[in-house]
Amino acid sequence: MTTLKRVALHETHVSLGAKIIPFAGFEMPVRYSSDIEEHNTVRNGVGVFDVSHMGEFMISGSKALELVQKVSSNDAFKLTDGKIQYACLPNDQGGIVDDMLVYRFSETEYMLVVNASNIDKDWAWISQQNAQIGAEMQNISDNLSLFAVQGVKAVEALQGLTDTDLSKITYYSFEKGSFAGVPDVIISATGYTGAGGFELYVPNEHAQTLWNKLFEHGKKWDIKPIGLGARDTLRLEMGYCLYGNDINDRTSPLEAGLGWITKFTKNFVNSENLKAQKERGLSQKLVGFEMIDRGIPRQHYEIKNASGEKIGEVTSGTQSPTLKKGIGMGYVKSEYAGENTEIFIDIRNTLIKAQVIKLPFLKPTV
Amino acid sequence: MQVPQNLKYTKEHEWVRLEGDIAVVGITDFAQGELGDIVYVDINSVGNSLSANEVFGTVEAVKTVSDLFMPLSGEVLEVNAALNNNPEKVNADAYGEGWLVKIKISNKAEYDQLLDSAAYASITGN
Repeated sequence: MTTLKRVALHETHVSLGAKIIPFAGFEMPVRYSSDIEEHNTVRNGVGVFDVSHMGEFMISGSKALELVQKVSSNDAFKLTDGKIQYACLPNDQGGIVDDMLVYRFSETEYMLVVNASNIDKDWAWISQQNAQIGAEMQNISDNLSLFAVQGVKAVEALQGLTDTDLSKITYYSFEKGSFAGVPDVIISATGYTGAGGFELYVPNEHAQTLWNKLFEHGKKWDIKPIGLGARDTLRLEMGYCLYGNDINDRTSPLEAGLGWITKFTKNFVNSENLKAQKERGLSQKLVGFEMIDRGIPRQHYEIKNASGEKIGEVTSGTQSPTLKKGIGMGYVKSEYAGENTEIFIDIRNTLIKAQVIKLPFLKPTV
Repeated sequence: MQVPQNLKYTKEHEWVRLEGDIAVVGITDFAQGELGDIVYVDINSVGNSLSANEVFGTVEAVKTVSDLFMPLSGEVLEVNAALNNNPEKVNADAYGEGWLVKIKISNKAEYDQLLDSAAYASITGN
């Protein structure tokens, strides 16, 4: 049995009454009070997620861009200093090793932010791709804490803690600056909620200071800690993919609707085959759907047509706390992927009517 | 965590209150706390006669789906209709307004096999 890792502020979460669950090799806070309350805090106010389990790799040196371009599906050549890209790490079998964020600090320094569950796999994969390239690589995952301060009130709740003008940091940009007295915090206008806000990367030794300041200063905005449970419902309302659910080693980035970050303006791992797949046409597609009749879709439920034939499978599903109805994503045969197509979810051997909709389920507030 | 002494319990985290030969059944405070926000109670077994341990319905929280098991053999007489629009009553008042079903029991001897409050509290680690 492998031992679970703990985030730097583990004891803080326990003392806040969090329910702790094993997640991606870590003991993580899934909920402090209620999933729905925490979800609504982010949609209507501001909340803080400790997502320090996420992995961070630094890629640097004169070969850095060459390596990033080889492993990333997106075109990092388009990045300028202080900008961020969402991207996939395609494998050579047509699937996805992981999804990630690519930060450009300079022409010779990039940071890749990857899923906790994939840190070891990603590191091995990128190292293998780097064998012929020789960029410098450093895994700094264990040194960094990451707090996602998310919500419509995040900017106003945070501005008093830094001299950096937060309103000037546009979505998918970042700055390095002093934050709550802590030097060199990476202040990144990203998140996984669609509610706006910032992700703050901070060395572990300053994590407690930063967390405490966030809550002292944020009191006026009724800032709350938010668990991974709400993180999942928030991301699903936005139609964001979750690795391990909606994308994995066997799913094509094109079928997953990630064509917008799969750029054939350059070569990358498996780009020839993906390009050929695009030209051939896709046999299945990841779609969003909402329940017409009452029911809650869940991962692995079968998707069927009106005749009861299987046409796909649910990859993520929940009761949307905002819309108060069942929503989900899943792969369906391409002929069923059109907007407003009537589909059925097989819930405990009953076919419950649903409808394909254009993602996201909710309009983002960023 | 509340475990009222006047109720009987199952290992599946259900509680039973016997009124004559009618058993009122719900899930425990411990169970609702573990599940989190209940968003759907799906019970379509009214009128069915089921044996103890058979599934009589499903309770869905934001993140999880849990089957509900008959604590006693009998006929499902009634579902708590208030849960249709307000499933969160199971969280707010697990032993009161959050009751799930009423069962006409067919074998009183089964009732005597249920856990008392102390035995149930011990299996939840309390």
